[in-house]
Amino acid sequence: MKVLYFAWLRLRMGVAEETVPLPSEVTTVGGLLTFLQGRSDQHATALADLSVVRVAVNQDYARDADPVSDEDEVALFPPVTGG
Amino acid sequence: MIRVQEEDIDIGAELAALTARNHRIGGIATFIGAMRDLSNGKTVAAMTLEHYPGMTEKQLHAIEREAQARWDLEASLIIHRYGRFQPGDRIVFVATAAPHRQAALDSCAFLIDWVKTKAPFWKLEETGDGARWVDAQDSDEVATARWRDTAK
Repeated sequence: MKVLYFAWLRLRMGVAEETVPLPSEVTTVGGLLTFLQGRSDQHATALADLSVVRVAVNQDYARDADPVSDEDEVALFPPVTGG
Repeated sequence: MIRVQEEDIDIGAELAALTARNHRIGGIATFIGAMRDLSNGKTVAAMTLEHYPGMTEKQLHAIEREAQARWDLEASLIIHRYGRFQPGDRIVFVATAAPHRQAALDSCAFLIDWVKTKAPFWKLEETGDGARWVDAQDSDEVATARWRDTAK
């Protein structure tokens, strides 16, 4: 799975994107976030406060219960501040 | 129509193109968002707008479709810029054209409210204390929410 990071999440992760081998037991957005938090200390720190992390799956906003699969493009970013 | 671009927006040319040869249009509403030199009491020298290419276009298209479904519009346009800005620079341009003014005015306000909370852009401000990411405003969520139950 391709995971993209934007804004301060990108800086805290140190990369704009990474390819993550998705374990078969991870099937939802919420499960993916928990899995990502456990990947490294850097992941855990960057994703410590999920109240300021928004998730998009295939470029649409997603909630914790929404499904994810290995072919999806997932993006993690702070609440948006455009306009 | 939607567009995401780095270059400045030529308001006159965009409006002329949007409304050319359509004589059913009776009212045109526009909104232009510009960069201010003050943010949370701090002077801001410059700002960088980052976005998510692909998702930005997808979300802007969805927002525009929603406006077209809710109001009787002849034409609509959202242009959002990205890159580095200085105070006074134009950031976003929204225009709606309809047979009557109320649809144009309401849909224009709807579009900018939704753009602010749904389009994936992030502002990085440069102040005397260094660079800082702008926090999302609760007031923007409130502005978006007021359209939730608005029928056509």
